[in-house]
Amino acid sequence: MPEPMLALSGVSKSFGAVAALRDVHLELYAGEAHALVGENGAGKSTLVKVLAGVHTPDTGTMTLDGAPIAFSGPADARAAGIAVIYQEPTLFPDLSVAENIFMGRQPLRGLRRIDPGAMRRRATELFTRLGVHLDPDRPARGLSIADQQLVEIAKALSFEARILVMDEPTAALSGVEVDRLFSVARSLRDAGAVVLFISHRFDEVFALCQRITVMRDGAWVSTDAAKDLTVDQVVRRMVGREVSSLYPKQDTQPRDVLLDVRGLTSHGVFSDVSFTVRGGEIVALAGLVGAGRSEVVRAVFGIDRYDRGEVLVAGERLPPGSAAAAIAAGLALVPEDRRQQGLVMALSVERNATLARRWSLSHLGILRRAAERRDAGTWTRRLQVKAARLSDPVSTLSGGNQQKVVLAKWLSTKPRVLIADEPTRGIDVGTKAEVHRLLSQLAADGVAVLMVSSELPEVIGMADRVLVMHEGRLVREMERDRATEESVMFAATGHAGTGHGDAT
Amino acid sequence: MTSVGTRTGLPEGATGLGHSGATRTAHRIFVVRELGILLALVLLITVTAVTNSRFLSSQSVKDLLLGSTILAILAVGQAIVIITRNVDLSVGSILGLSAFATGSLFLAAPAVPIPVALLVGAVLGATCGAVDGGLIAAARVPALVVTLGTLYVFRGLDYTVATGKQINAADMPVGFLRMGTATVLGVPVLTMFAAAIVVAAGFYLRSYRSGRELYAIGSDPDAARLSGIPVGRRVFAAFATSGALAGLAGVLYAARFGTLDANAGLGSELNVVAAVVVGGVAIFGGSGSVYGAALGAVLLTTIGAALPVLGINPFWQRAAVGALILAAIGLDRALAVRVAIRLKGRKARG
Repeated sequence: MPEPMLALSGVSKSFGAVAALRDVHLELYAGEAHALVGENGAGKSTLVKVLAGVHTPDTGTMTLDGAPIAFSGPADARAAGIAVIYQEPTLFPDLSVAENIFMGRQPLRGLRRIDPGAMRRRATELFTRLGVHLDPDRPARGLSIADQQLVEIAKALSFEARILVMDEPTAALSGVEVDRLFSVARSLRDAGAVVLFISHRFDEVFALCQRITVMRDGAWVSTDAAKDLTVDQVVRRMVGREVSSLYPKQDTQPRDVLLDVRGLTSHGVFSDVSFTVRGGEIVALAGLVGAGRSEVVRAVFGIDRYDRGEVLVAGERLPPGSAAAAIAAGLALVPEDRRQQGLVMALSVERNATLARRWSLSHLGILRRAAERRDAGTWTRRLQVKAARLSDPVSTLSGGNQQKVVLAKWLSTKPRVLIADEPTRGIDVGTKAEVHRLLSQLAADGVAVLMVSSELPEVIGMADRVLVMHEGRLVREMERDRATEESVMFAATGHAGTGHGDAT
Repeated sequence: MTSVGTRTGLPEGATGLGHSGATRTAHRIFVVRELGILLALVLLITVTAVTNSRFLSSQSVKDLLLGSTILAILAVGQAIVIITRNVDLSVGSILGLSAFATGSLFLAAPAVPIPVALLVGAVLGATCGAVDGGLIAAARVPALVVTLGTLYVFRGLDYTVATGKQINAADMPVGFLRMGTATVLGVPVLTMFAAAIVVAAGFYLRSYRSGRELYAIGSDPDAARLSGIPVGRRVFAAFATSGALAGLAGVLYAARFGTLDANAGLGSELNVVAAVVVGGVAIFGGSGSVYGAALGAVLLTTIGAALPVLGINPFWQRAAVGALILAAIGLDRALAVRVAIRLKGRKARG
């Protein structure tokens, strides 16, 4: 075996009393795509930040091409040829795309001035190499997540990165965008670079990577060739226990229509969207990113206004544009972006969990702390939220547990209709199964569940009916037994005519 | 936008569709912001001049330019700081300290050459700015709080040094005072000095890596840190620069007014922030230019001079400045909403 390009041995890192990394070993060889998998909180992101020079390990050694190396900051890691694409994009929204690529390394001309012409030219060359068309002069503000990641990749190419680390790059991407990202990653790999790929999506891990390293609780578990592993084996190593079933959908009897959306239209965003959700039913709203799914559920919930159409909850018409009325009618929305829309990050777990019910928990307008605490305790226990103390800020929780707090907040309002927008995005396998079980349980209790999801296995596994949106329109409706990943994908990409779906 | 044709000819599914519109909008915002201030300025001057032709007499123009000079220099420093998503409230106090120090210097050594006095003022100001920047970078306390504190500290220092004394024009060298009013081809020397500073700062921010990094820091401080930009050092330098310019402005203040006590520049920090915001520098950093900030300073000074000529109550002068700030922020907001709607429409199509 040749010498590894980058090797970590015995790396540990603690934050206060919490050991984020314990004695981690990792060897990356030139020309390989290497997957790093593990539940949320397994230490992957900390490891990434060690590689990026953001964190300095407490113990252990790092070698690059056999020589020991230590980073005192992100600039050092970059100088060593390590490029990191973070889960959350790190672009400067006010600056142009070209400036984002070359920040700190802009091409210079006389008097050490920046050469804007050369910068634009080189940016265009990079995009041509990537096979995409982006205007180097436009500001980064307003770029889609996929385009932002392309800018990050162009940045990595621009300084000839030898090690490209991608931390869940596909979480917000649609199928076409994932394919393009992978073809770029493959060509980098074939050119002798190392691609370290972190993802919760196993199909992607197996499609791209030759070797898979599993981490659990901050420690290294195993590294094996991908061809010697199965998804089941990987999942078992990640969670350290058998995952009974990822999609524990119970069969239920649909009851009365609880949510009835008729001809909902918002000019330029979506048009003529009609569907119903019955009590006891889970209906999935599928489609590519940008198809208008989130916009529809936001309009239904009264956050955004709409131009035409109406929304009925259990036969009663909801006044448009009023989330308060929607909540009063028994609607609950678990939003897509839990950090910005679902939680108040600086507030405690219990405060967040009771936020939607603060009026019913107060007496004469004054919130009773004991009632709040008791109520929060009940729900966080039922959802098995893992928090040291309920008075800790919710920002200290892992992504999966944050999502459970959002769910607790809404479930405590005893909703008749639960709308969940990407309920399992970015959360680990174990928690994912718990969220699925919870949704299934709710449906069995008679709640009407509308779930927006970009993960096809989740859509197929959980939904009684699948609605597919394409470019702002509802193009197909499929029953559980007729929906397959292929048929949903077909409709989502605008090939609705092939089946005989009964689109409303 | 010469490449629109080729861009729209892209195959289906490629990214980049519809980007040209957003780029155009971005360009338009830049042009609109600085052009808008210039337009408002021209309009104000025209209306005032029509009402009273003496408003454009050479003496009155000279007064106007001189009046804008000090505010414009302060605005340049403030713009550099605000671009990094910080704010410097201590500039008025630094100006006061430097002005009194200049007077004291000439009292002690009347033969000191003028460039040395300018240098002393700038170094004194830079030291004060370094205190601000050091506290912000090291203690990680918001600039608003730190500079609010040093606003009082520096002014207190000024009072302590002055001990109630006043320095009169008679105590200063004639050559120094003459610099305050001298003109070349009708343009005050001080104004040329300020213009040189504006152009130099604008050039630096636009064409140098460290200048662009200031914008990057203001645009997203966390991303800047992850990109390996030395955020602490750059912010420190921004405050030192703002302090140095405030110190320089103090020396010019001494030259222009001659009579000095410990109250020089009292309360001017809010005027400076107002000029910068009116000049189109986003209060949350990342965008705007020192040219806009300097234009904002000229506009505010012109309003101060024009409203009495138009026979408007001084009360309304303050209200007008307030309205302008609100209008500037409203304009930013309106433009942002327009861009958001544009991008939202694009998202629905793509």
